[in-house]
Order: sequence, then C-alpha cells, then structure tokens
Amino acid sequence: MRAPSSGDTALGEVLLAVENVSLSFGGVRALTAVSFDIRKGEIRAIIGPNGAGKTSMLNVVNGFYQPQSGRITFKGEARNSMRPYAAARGGIARTFQNLALFRGMTTLDNILAGRALKMRRGLFWQLIRHGPALAEEVEHRRRVEEIIDFLEIAAIRKIPVGRLPYGLQKRVELGRALAMEPDLLLLDEPMAGMNLEEKEDMSRFIIDVNQQYGTTIALIEHDMGVVMDLSDRVVVLDYGRKIADAAPDDVKRDENVIRAYLGQPHGVSV
Amino acid sequence: MQSIDGSLDTLPKLLIHNAKVIGARPAMRQKDLGIWNTWSWAQMLEEVRAFSVGLAELGLKRGDKFAIIGSNRPRLYWAMCAGQALGAVPVPVYADAVAEEMAFVLAHAEVILAVVEDQEQVDKVIAVADRLPRLGKLIYDETRGLKDYDHDRLISFADLQAIGRKKLAADDECLAHWEAGVVEGKADDLSVILYTSGTTGRSKGVMLTHRNTIVSARNANAFDCLDQNEEVIAYLPLAWVGDYIFSFVQAYVAGYCVNCPEAPDTVVQDRREIGTTYAFAPPRVYENVLTLTMVRMADAGAIKRKAFDFFVGVARRWGEKILDGEKVPLGGRLLYAIGRFFVYGPVLNQFGLSRIRVAYTAGEAIGPEIFRFWRAMGMNLKQLYGQTEASVYVTAQPDGEIYADTVGTPSPDVEIKISDKGEVLFRSPGVFTGYYKDAEKTAEVLTSDGWVHTGDAGFFDAKSGQLKIIDRAKDVGRLNDGTVFAPKYIENKLKFYPNIREAVAIGADRDFVGVMINIDQVAVGSWAERNNVVYASYQDLAAHPRVYDMIASHVDEVNRLLSEEEMVAGAQIKRFLILHKELDPDDGELTRTQKLRRGHIIDRYSPLVEAFYNGSSAAQISTQVTFEDGHKGVIAARVAVRDMKTYPVRATKMVRAA
Repeated sequence: MRAPSSGDTALGEVLLAVENVSLSFGGVRALTAVSFDIRKGEIRAIIGPNGAGKTSMLNVVNGFYQPQSGRITFKGEARNSMRPYAAARGGIARTFQNLALFRGMTTLDNILAGRALKMRRGLFWQLIRHGPALAEEVEHRRRVEEIIDFLEIAAIRKIPVGRLPYGLQKRVELGRALAMEPDLLLLDEPMAGMNLEEKEDMSRFIIDVNQQYGTTIALIEHDMGVVMDLSDRVVVLDYGRKIADAAPDDVKRDENVIRAYLGQPHGVSV
Repeated sequence: MQSIDGSLDTLPKLLIHNAKVIGARPAMRQKDLGIWNTWSWAQMLEEVRAFSVGLAELGLKRGDKFAIIGSNRPRLYWAMCAGQALGAVPVPVYADAVAEEMAFVLAHAEVILAVVEDQEQVDKVIAVADRLPRLGKLIYDETRGLKDYDHDRLISFADLQAIGRKKLAADDECLAHWEAGVVEGKADDLSVILYTSGTTGRSKGVMLTHRNTIVSARNANAFDCLDQNEEVIAYLPLAWVGDYIFSFVQAYVAGYCVNCPEAPDTVVQDRREIGTTYAFAPPRVYENVLTLTMVRMADAGAIKRKAFDFFVGVARRWGEKILDGEKVPLGGRLLYAIGRFFVYGPVLNQFGLSRIRVAYTAGEAIGPEIFRFWRAMGMNLKQLYGQTEASVYVTAQPDGEIYADTVGTPSPDVEIKISDKGEVLFRSPGVFTGYYKDAEKTAEVLTSDGWVHTGDAGFFDAKSGQLKIIDRAKDVGRLNDGTVFAPKYIENKLKFYPNIREAVAIGADRDFVGVMINIDQVAVGSWAERNNVVYASYQDLAAHPRVYDMIASHVDEVNRLLSEEEMVAGAQIKRFLILHKELDPDDGELTRTQKLRRGHIIDRYSPLVEAFYNGSSAAQISTQVTFEDGHKGVIAARVAVRDMKTYPVRATKMVRAA
C-alpha cells in the first residue's frame, strides 16, 4: 500500500534525503559517503564524468542496490536501504539509460504495464473481465490515454515499440513511468542518443510533467546545456564522491567541478 | 442569381433546421483520449448557441471580424458558426503560419477576437499583439500549459460556453433574442473571409457570402448525390476554402457527419476507423500514399511482391474500365475480383479508403500515372478545378467521364470562357464579392459583368469536351528559340517518380531547360538502404553520385517521353541538379498549400540557375532557412550539375500554343 501522504506541505519540503551513503562492489568504491536531498516539486540533476557513480546513486534511491552504510529518508521514513518493491509502491518511478521496454508490445500496452501496481482485481476477475474488473480496466485505460495525449504519441498508440525510432521509445518509457503516477521520477539519461529536436521535445515534456503534475524529478544527464536549463539544483559526483551541490549557475563556476570535467589546470590541453 | 430559400440561407439557420429535422443524427465526431466522441445535430446546436451567447457577452456583434486559428477541431468549427449567428465574420488563419504572416492577416482583417487551439497559437498571437490594437480577448480550446498566463486577456472555450449557458438559463428572453439575431442574417451577408496563400506577394482576403458558399455546396452535393449518410474527415487547413466548403458548408447543407482526427499525424488511422465515403485531397496526398505503398512493397517478400505486381497489372488493364461501367470480358472481371480480394481491398483499407464513393483531387495537376493507379484500384477518384474566388467549384468530372489530363465539365450554374490569350475565365453564383479592403486587386481579377480571371491557361479538349489546364498563364513561356515551354508539364512528369518529391523547371527566355530537383527522403532513403548507399543527412544523400545516377535515369526517361509529344518536344531537359535542402513553406519556397513559388525560388537559388547556363559543373550555394520556432540558420552546400542528352524531336512540326 502507498505510504500515507504527508499532507499539505509547503513546496521545498524534503521528499527524499540520502545521508552518508556508501556503496562498494568488492574493492570498487562506487559511492563514498554521499549526502544530498531532493525537495518536493523540484527538478534535481545529478551530473558527473563517466563512472562517477550517477547511475549507482539512482539505483540506491530506488532500491536496486543496497548500500553498505548510510541512511535514506523517503517521505519522512528513514531506512538503511530501499527495496525496489517498496520504492515502487511508495511512488518512485524511473526510466533507464538503456531502454527497458517490452519490445513486442504496443505503446499502449507498455504504458498500461506501468499501471500494474495500481490494479486491484486479481487474475480471476481479470480473466472474467466483467463488472468491477472491466470498470477498473476502463479507468486505467483512460489514465493511459491521458498520458498518450500528454506526450503526443497518439499516432504510435498501436505500434509495437520495437519498430519505433529511439527518440520515441524514450518517450514511451517516460510514459510508462508516468503511468505509475509517481511522486518522484528518476530519469537516467533521458536524452542520450537523441538529436537536437528530440532533445528539445523531451526537455519540454520534462518541464511539463514537473509543472503540470507537480512531479518531483531527479535526472542524470550528460548534455550540460540541457541540465543547466532544466534543473533547479545540481549535485555533482566525481569518483563516487559529492564535489558540489548548488544552483546550476554556481555549479558552472565551481572550480572542483571544472577540474573534474577538464582535469587539473596544468594538464589541460583543450 | 440563384434562388435560395430565405429560411435556409445562412449556416446558423441551417444548423437550427438540421437540429430540428435530423436532430439525432451525428453531426460531428472527434477522437479524444482514444475514443470517438459524437455530437448529434441537436447537441451541436446547443454547443454552438452557448458559445455564441458567450461571444455576444464579450461584445462580438454584427459585422465584426474574428480570427480562428488551429487545426481541425469541432470547437473551432462551432466558433465559426457561433460568430456567424451574431452576424460576425470568421477569418480562419493557417495554423502553421509564422508570426509575421499571422500578424499581417490579423491586422488587415481587423479582428477583435481570436479563437485559438492551444498554447502554441496563444503564444504566436501574443507575440504580435502590440501590432493589433483592436484585438481583445483570446479564447483557447486546449488548456494545457496555459496555467501561468495572464488571464485578463485569455478565456477558455469551456468557460465562455459556461457564461453563455448561465445567461441562457437565467434570462428567458436570451434564447429568443439569439434566435431573432439568426433570423436577421441574410444570404448576402459575408459568410467568411479567406486569406489566399497566394503564389505571388501578400495574401488577399477573399470575401464570400452565404449565398456564394451555400449555392455552391448545394450544387456540389446534388452533382455527386451526397446526402446525410456521408462520412468525411476534416484534416485540411481551416483557412483553405476547400475545408470550409467540404467540412463545413456542404456538411450543413447535406447534413452529413464531419470527423475530426485525434491529431494531425493520426489522420490515416482515424480515417481507417471511420471509413470515410467522400474525400478530398491535394495530389500530394495520393502521391505520398502511393509512394508509401511502393516503398513498403519493395521491402516485402518475393511472393507478395510478385503477386502485387501481377494484380496491379491486371488492375491497370481492367480496373478503370470496370469503374466506368464499360464492357469487360469475363476473364478480366474474374481476375480483377481476385485481385480486389487479395491486393486492392487491403491496400485501400490500409489507408482508410475502402468505403470511398467519391474522392476528389485538385489544387495542382496530378500525375496521370498516380491518378490511373488509384482508379485502377477501384477508387472513384475524380478531378475538379476550383478557386477560392469561386467557392471552390469551377469544373468537376462527372462519374464515368474521367480523364487523367482534364479537370472536367463546368459545374452546375458555372459559365466558362477562354480569353484570346488562352486564360480561363468563369462566372457563377459562387463568385466572391471582392478582396477585403483591396479594390484595386479586385478590379484586376473580377470584371464588372461578373467574370473572374483565373490566371490559368487552358482550353477545352475537343475529344472529351472537358477543360484542360496547362499551367499558370503567366508561367507558360518560351525558350529563346521560340519553343513553347510549360514548366509544370515537365515538373509533373518528373514528380511521377516516387524518388522525386518536387521539381522546378527553368527555361523561359533561356536557351534550354534546366531542372532543380528535390529528392523524396522516404523513397530515396529506402533505395539507399537496399543499395548499400551510406549517407549521414538529407544533404549528404542529395549530393551522392549514385543518387544523381538514379535521378539521371528518370530525367532521361522523361526526355524520351517529351520527345514523343510534338507540342513540348523542343523543351527537353538539358541539365539538372539536386537541391541540398527540401523546399519548404517556412522559407517561402512553397505556399501553405504546397505549391511552388517559382519566382521566389529562382531568386533564392540564382547561383544555381546561373550554373545551368554558364556551363559550370557545380556551384556553391548558401541559403538562409527558417526553423519551425522562427529562428534562422544558414545551410551551405556545393551542388553538382549534370548534363543530359536530349532525343531528336520525333514530331516534325511545332504547334503554337493556344
């Protein structure tokens, strides 16, 4: 069941806090004592060079990885680690760096799959597909159609996603995450491999999701222009450590960040 | 003047009449959230009335102009009728117009309100609002993204309807007052002002009265026996006279149902779900669908491809004859029936064309091969010739008298004559009353005794008795040696090839004919894939030597065809090139209805045109392009020019053009 909502709270209240989280795989330290928070209603970017631990961080947040130490507080409830199931039930949805869609299923079915957690009727009723089960399905379909309308993908509603271009598949994946009606949406490189036009479209959808549904968003992204335009606050990781946490403009000027991206000043030959 | 029933001489009156007589029948449908929503005529009247009363509350009154901007949505059609009920005049504007064009039309028409589709259009109008002192409220349909806007200026369609409904409920007089306003409307009131996209210069506002449009619509419905059982899909621009007549006036007159697609890019699927019976499309649509079919077939398995080719052969041989009711041997009929089951039916169904009773093409000449292909498939595709200034109909082909190269006999009540210079003139009840605030232009086109200059060169075909249009009168020129040069004729021959999307022939007052070609990205892209041609972008593909080779073979074939027709044999293509970018309305190269703006193109690409005639084998060109959001960029390229061999003229004597 969904965690009880914390009720009417002012914007800016902490939705999720990560404190001193460390994660290692054998001898490899993926994350070292990382702390940051995500506030309600914001777009939070996590950036860093390759191998900085960004995806590991997301995986910790949604419970795919169990950190060795540290604490995660989500909706006021503190725990040592998340469980994927609890994260999903608690309202955390995500998209993946390398798409994880059901390629043989249509756009519609893929997004409908995102509503699986919200389905109340069991297999028996679903098979009979009558009365309450049918009413439920109609309701779910309506929500899915709203998302299809929102993401402007009506034209591909009945096309198997395996046949769609990459940019559209990314959009379908966003749709599936939205179908969960998440409180916190984690986007792992939503714009990787896209051309400029697709990036602009995706940016617009991310902003729309944030403004219209009030969804809190945490995203990993490599395109600095996009990050600076979209996000309210940016946390920067490098070799598993947090090296900066500030507004986009401040991060841009931060010496540690510049060093992480460009190397030591004397070694630079750009 | 055509007689017209005084009680049914405006669209609002027709709406009230339909609501009374066929109130329960569907009037409009729209697919929303994946579901088709239907409004009956009675429901539609209620919606229109509520909105109309709301508009009156905003101060819209008789004689005022108001703008309609957006894609085909029921609410925008309702808004037109709601305004007309008050005696105001709708001015539909092309939704994809850039802000500059839109500002011109809105300012020239002096609109005081605008009913727009969504945030995108709101933004565009607000961006130019300081140039529109008269413009008051903006009424929007789609609320998305408009939360944080200044709502002193904005009101949603639903809210305004709610105001109207409240007023109707609170005040018993209100309904009677509104109906009295409708009755006050007369046949000779303006129905609409349509700004023509214009192949030359600024657009002009064509004023059409209720009499013009309703008489034309009634004649057209009678001509093709259209009744309340038709289903059409509204997908062409609202600002285009064709959509105004087909999706609005004819529907009100006949009482048929107009279906609005879910989104502009779902039209094919939506049409398939509805199964439209009456269709209208510019040649480009039929061309695209044919190209798409051919491309898909090229990717199909060998057996399917063989079967397709065989049955298309059968269709080409017998299909048109069967459609026209001619005598066909039993064997032919039998093969055709099998072909219909396995090939033609599924192909038509794929594009939602299986229930078509009448389909029209107009706007441009259609490639004869494309035209025959669809007819052979069993679709009753016909041509008509029309103009905004005529409320569409000038000529149309009657059932059973179809030719690929004519546009039909004069429509009911239309008179046609050909001037000494070969220009087509017409006179009809549909003739417009003038260009809005432009007496000078009106005088150029409309004579005092009611004849309209079409600007098209044409003649009546001796054999069929139908009108033939050669080209724009001003475009038919001569080469330096006096040979007749009809550019569109050459271009259309080239455009038949699926690989060629657009062609621009140049040759008037020059030594020979040169052609600039736009490749079709879908078709050539698929060809490239099959032939292992590697490319990075459109520009890259267009410049590829093997693409040049392929296009050269098409040009060569066209030259051979031209050499067989004596009138045009002298004007074969000597040199051609492939343009590095697609011609685009945003760059002013095509009109909004996708017609070439020849003069503009020749100016814009003058270095390339020069290269044709100074013998160089390549030329450098850089062109400014406008992106959809209005910002500009520059594309530069080096474009190669190919020489072609011409064929000896087989016909010996030259015929002077009419």
